[in-house]
Order: sequence, then structure tokens, then C-alpha cells
Amino acid sequence: MLVVLIRRLMQSVVVLLIMSVIVFVGVYAIGNPIDILINPEADIAEREAAVARLGLDRSLWEQYFRFLSGALQGDLGHSFVHNEPALTIILQRLPATLELAAGAMFLAILIGIPAGLIAGLKPHSRLGKGIMAGSILGFSLPTFWVGLMLIMVFAVYLGWLPASGRGDTVDVFGVPVSFLTPDGISHLFLPALNLALFKMSLVIRLTRAGTREVLLQDYVKFARAKGLSESRVIGVHVLKNILIPVVTILGLELGSVIAFAVVTETVFAWPGIGKLLIDSIALLDRPIVVAYLMLTVFMFILINLVVDILYSLLDPRVRLGEAKA
Amino acid sequence: MSAPPPTLQVENLRTHFFTKAGVIKAVDDVSFTVDRGQVLGLVGESGSGKTVTGFSILGLVDPPGRITDGRILFKGEDLATLPPARLRSLRGARIAMIFQDPMMTLNPVLRIDTQMIEAVRAHESVDWATARERARDTLGMVGIPSPDERLKAYPHQFSGGMRQRVAIAIALINKPDLIIADEPTTALDVTIQGQILFEMQKLLRQTGTALIWITHDLTVVAGLADRICVMYAGRIVESGPIDGVLDQPAHPYTQGLIGSVPSRNKRGAPLQQIPGMTPSLLKLPRGCAFRTRCPRADATCHAEPEITTPLPDRAVRCYFPTLPDREAA
Repeated sequence: MLVVLIRRLMQSVVVLLIMSVIVFVGVYAIGNPIDILINPEADIAEREAAVARLGLDRSLWEQYFRFLSGALQGDLGHSFVHNEPALTIILQRLPATLELAAGAMFLAILIGIPAGLIAGLKPHSRLGKGIMAGSILGFSLPTFWVGLMLIMVFAVYLGWLPASGRGDTVDVFGVPVSFLTPDGISHLFLPALNLALFKMSLVIRLTRAGTREVLLQDYVKFARAKGLSESRVIGVHVLKNILIPVVTILGLELGSVIAFAVVTETVFAWPGIGKLLIDSIALLDRPIVVAYLMLTVFMFILINLVVDILYSLLDPRVRLGEAKA
Repeated sequence: MSAPPPTLQVENLRTHFFTKAGVIKAVDDVSFTVDRGQVLGLVGESGSGKTVTGFSILGLVDPPGRITDGRILFKGEDLATLPPARLRSLRGARIAMIFQDPMMTLNPVLRIDTQMIEAVRAHESVDWATARERARDTLGMVGIPSPDERLKAYPHQFSGGMRQRVAIAIALINKPDLIIADEPTTALDVTIQGQILFEMQKLLRQTGTALIWITHDLTVVAGLADRICVMYAGRIVESGPIDGVLDQPAHPYTQGLIGSVPSRNKRGAPLQQIPGMTPSLLKLPRGCAFRTRCPRADATCHAEPEITTPLPDRAVRCYFPTLPDREAA
């Protein structure tokens, strides 16, 4: 187990390094921030002073190695706009995004797995077909449009839920969270539902496919032949088997939920890192964009590792590193 | 009136599958009886309806199949009309089944103890520790070494033969009155097969459990069963005591089956075969289903033959049975 972990960590470092080059060069290519950051009426001397202060007068490779040596000491650069360390700014906004993503995943699992089970157990019933039709909609409707519709219906037309912001927050270990106050939950619900819709459809389809496949297995029939109750056959024998692929995919998707909360955060004015990224791209605030992307890559790597470990807990045949003679 | 009803009495059972391509009569008018402590061999080729017969008794026929007619009397109680909850309480407790493929019958993600203990606790309100003790003792009974440790293992840590022993232990754990064994040794080595047959016989003698042994292997049945039913295309074509049927088969299909088994007495002689193939259950020939492969068939066989009893305790479904010569026998 330890050997596997170490090997995985070393692979992760290589991935991070390669990603940093791609990201840095990519961001360098999209435009010159000087044109946006500096007052157009500034004279040449002022302009050159600013360029030197931001380190933009150096060559690409020099800039990259300066960034890299900083990154090794935990410094991902200073924001051009906010004049604060990029990492600090991102970490300030990260809890909001994590909360949104966790809320979305929670909804996706809470609704997706039971709905998928029903659709898998009764594929020809009206309910089963309805669930599948719903999941197609969840897959194909664009997130921003669904978000706008949710705001239209629940915030504007019915007036049940607020349309933007985080609402009241409480500090837990110094981190502000919304889900512990009634007002915060009412603010969290719509964006979380919006973000969850795509994942929910995915969970429904995975669960349904898994259920239909597992139901045909001999061990399910054998479980029935043992005289077990239907709830135990489905809840233990079937569910534990279909959870294996569902957990794998959900783990991988958790990364993408965090990374692509961008759209939902923009629609609902949720003050998370997704909104920060959009704002920073608009201002060509390179260090923030680079730091955000590096953090995202890091998160994906971490999540993958956790999924592998979880997977081995669920499926005894995949105990990590347990080489069997 | 005085004699208790037999453990299992199947009368005119019909299980049909209603598919888009047509009605498949997987089990068509099947009747047999198994008494306490008796072993019935249910023999036939693949697709002859043996397994579906077993599932019908347990009420586990998957849609689009269903029991359309007949009675399944288990100690006088008709399983075909029982409410599902009552049937479930009998399944695994009074009637157990062992499946063909030991690699597939145990749930890969649950430990052996979980799978055994749940079988006990589904039928009796005993605490976990007692159920575990029972599981351990039963594992020991079917010949699994150091059962206490093995209980904590997962199915993939067992070999095929060991897994089948676990499946047998699960079938035995509630001391059922009837076990339906669906080719339980087909997937195993001959040596393992021998061991398991030996264990089964020993256990049956100890407990008085009745057994239906479904197989295509006549040699296994010869050493194990008291009575034999030969199935062909969903029907029983011949039944009787094992020695009588194997020594003097009356139905041409039974003769063909016995002729297909290699034997030392027939060394050098070409092995007999039954010509042709098992017909598709969707396109059965009219009348006797075997007539297209039968050397004796003529125009008479276009009508369905009825069951006749040429000898006491022997039944055959054929117009031209080979009647055993009593003096010669």
C-alpha cells in the first residue's frame, strides 16, 4: 500500500510539472495584460516602470522559472489587480465553491441513486421511463439556461428562493459556510440544484445500467433462493455491486464539478473561485489564472488518489498493492 | 389417509415463457414425486427444461416466464398458489437450491460470513453470534478446513470447488427438507466432484433431506439417485427406479443417452450417438418432440403420445417403448 502511494505521488509531481508549463505558456499567449492594467494616458516611463514591477519585461522562460521557484516555496505569484498573493485570494474564495460542489454532489447522489434504482428495477414502468426521459433532459439542456430558468421560476415568478449571493454565513473553524443557516440554505439550494443536474443524470444512468446488469447475475438469484427479503437483495446484494462504478465516476466528476462551477457561479453570482476565474480572465490577471489552474490540477490528482483508495475498500478484489501469489 | 404427504409432489407443471418470438414451453406437463430422504435424478440435455423445473419449484422463474398450470405440492402445500411472502419464508429455509456455476453464485463483494449469516437470520430470529456459530459448523461439515478463519474471507479467495462447498453449506444451513441441486458438480474436477458427491450423500443420510439432482451426467446419477426422470424438450419422457431405467431403458431417447456414455464394455466399438440436434423450443415438431431424431418414429408419432406404464413403477411417453422382457431381466 505504501509503495503504491509513493509511486502515485511521484507520478503526480510529474503531471503537475508538465501542466505548469502548458498553463504558463497558454496564459502567456492569450494577451498582454499591460494594455488593460495601465492607464492609457500613462507616459512611456510610467509604463516601463509598471512592466518591470510586474516582471513582464523578462523572457517567457525567465518568467516561468521565477514562477516555478516561487511555487516550490508555496508562492504562486502576486495578483496584478488585487496586489495580493494569488493563492490567498483563491483560498479566500475556495470554501464557497467547495460548499456549492459538495451541495451539488449531495443532491446528485441523494436523488440520482434511488431514481436510477427505480429505473433499473422497473424499466418498463411509466415511472422508470419518466426518470430516463428526465435524465436525457438533464444531460442535454445547457447549464446556464437551466440556471436562468430556475431563477425565473423560483426567484422571480414564485419568489420562493433568492437568486444570488451566499446569504447568511456562519464560521466553522474560521471558514464561512452557508449550509448551517436557513437563509444560507435557501441561497445554496438553487445553484446546487443547477450544478447537480448534469451529475444527477449521470448517476441515474450509471445506477440504472448497473442495476440491470447485476440483476441478471446468478448471485442475485441465489440471494433470492436463500429467502432473503427483497429489500436486502436490492439494498445489499445489488447496491453494493453497483456502487463500485458509481463511486469511481463520481469521484472523477467531483473534480470537474469544482472546476466547472464557473457557469453556475456566474449565473447565480456565487462568490466562489469560478467567478473569480472569469473576472481574472477578463482582466488578464495572469497569476490568478495560473494559480487557479494549478490548484485545479492538484485537486484532480488528489481526488483520483482518494477514489483509488475508496475503490479498494468497496471491492475486496482490488486491495491496493496486495500482490497475490 | 395415514401416510404423510411426500416431501414434494409436482403435478402437471407447465412453465411457459411468453417472448416476442412466441411461447416457449420450457416445462410442459411435468409430474414427479420425491419422498423424504429420497434422491431424484432429473436428467436431460441442455435446454430440456431441467433448470426451469427447479426454479419453478422455488417460484424464481424470471419474466417473461411464468407457471401457467399445475400444482407443486410441498408437504401438501401448493407452492404455485402461495402468496410471495409465504413462499419466501420457505425458500432457503425448507427448500434450498444449489446452482450450477460456483464462480457466480456467491456475491463477490460480500464476505462469506455475511452471506451465510444473512441466510440464517432471514428465517430465524437468532443473534449474530449464534448464526455465526452455525455458519462455522456448517462450513466444517462440508469439509472446509479451518472454517473460523475462512468465514472472514471473500469469495475470490476460494477455489471453485471450495466455493461450491460454501454454496452447499448455505443450502444446508437451515436444515431444509428438500434441496434442488442444479448440476452442482459440472464445473468441477472429477476428484472434487467425487468428494462433493460423497459429502452430499453422507449429509442426506444424516438429515433425511430429499434431493433433486439436476444433471446431464448419467454416471453421476447412477451412483447417487434412487429414481430418475429423463426430460426431453420440456417433458418427462421416461421415469422409474434408477436401476430399472438404466438397465432396461424403454424410451428411445433414454437408450440414446445411455448409448452416448463411453464405457469399458464397449471399447473399440464406435460410440452411439443420437442423430440431429435438440430442437428449438420455438419450433418443436408436432406430436412427439423426439420423433425427428427417433429411429422408431412413424406416422403415429405425429400425435402426442400419452404416458403409459408398461411395468409397475415405470412410466414412459412413447408409442413404441422397448418393453423389458421380464424373464430376461
